[in-house]
Amino acid sequence: MATSAAQTERELPAVLPSVTEVFLTFLVIGATSFGGGVVAYLRSALVAKKKWMDDVQFLELMSISNTLPGLNATNMSILAGDRLRGSVGSLAAMIGMCLPGFIFMTVAGILYGQHGDRPLVGAMLKGVAAAAVGLIAGTWYQIGKKTVKGFYDAFFILAAVLGVNHFKLGVPVTLLGVGALAIFANRPHKERVEGKKEEVAEWISSLR
Amino acid sequence: MDQLPALAKVFGYLSLLTVGGGMAAFPELKTLVVGVHHWLTDTQLIHVYSVGQMAPGPNMMMVAAVGVKVAGLAGAAVAALAFFVPTGVLTFAIGRLWKRLGHWPWRTSIQQGLAPVAIGLAVAGTISLGHGAITNWVALALAVAVFAATLRTKINPALLILCGAVVGGIAFR
Repeated sequence: MATSAAQTERELPAVLPSVTEVFLTFLVIGATSFGGGVVAYLRSALVAKKKWMDDVQFLELMSISNTLPGLNATNMSILAGDRLRGSVGSLAAMIGMCLPGFIFMTVAGILYGQHGDRPLVGAMLKGVAAAAVGLIAGTWYQIGKKTVKGFYDAFFILAAVLGVNHFKLGVPVTLLGVGALAIFANRPHKERVEGKKEEVAEWISSLR
Repeated sequence: MDQLPALAKVFGYLSLLTVGGGMAAFPELKTLVVGVHHWLTDTQLIHVYSVGQMAPGPNMMMVAAVGVKVAGLAGAAVAALAFFVPTGVLTFAIGRLWKRLGHWPWRTSIQQGLAPVAIGLAVAGTISLGHGAITNWVALALAVAVFAATLRTKINPALLILCGAVVGGIAFR
């Protein structure tokens, strides 16, 4: 926990929750966040109810979570758990978040294996699938509206879609190819780099 | 049981593709689970994936349902561990490095650059899912209705999907 002061400029609450408390909080979120949108549940629990962190800290964790592979639900559990209780807290949060859904989907998988070929089940699942497409499209439409700020953003969205669906490049090639181009298009400006030279030198020496 | 190493390999690999969320990995998930390993049919994968949208917690826990179908409870555990542990360790490590990365100019570039790519991959995944799931006009109408409800109301998404099950049970029988 000695490094945690270096990680957060802002103070964490004076009385940190116990590992059990961290586990139970994430277990409740993991068990009640039906239908996705886990991030909203997390914010309501960690920021609004428990006051374990403020919105700025929460957003900082979100920006890490968004950049890395892995789902927001688990990435956020790992990062928040680490801030609150170190590596043990991180593990407790991750397990709490995953356990209910794991049991849910394992049971669903077993039931599907036994009853999946009944006509009524098949018909209902066809409805579930159509609804899921609408739900996922709606969720991403909302995220897209907030993210797209100019021509480049729209271009890279289109490039990724075409890469996977039209040119059949596969997800890894598209991710690496379009991702590298997009990062290059957003490369640091020269002036900014000049101004930041000292900071960068500081950063490099801090790595050693 | 002999499928356990394959499960670990497939889901460990897929987890690395989930930039921005699970939907990005769907086309590759389909290729590997349906095309390469024949663990599920196309329709079965769409069913399991869609039910997974209803489950609480991380929305890719459907990997456990694939695992249990392939190799029982051990399969479910292996698929879930392979999917969540490698990226989890990576996140933990980067989370601790992040303050140092704060001064790295390319950090912002990576964040801003990957945001639209993640959206594009999710859209590609949704189109791939939609190809299998939207097979007639009723399904299309249902998807459009749920899309509109997602944008205009605050109804819990799990309820919308349950409505889909009821409508499907009546309309597609």
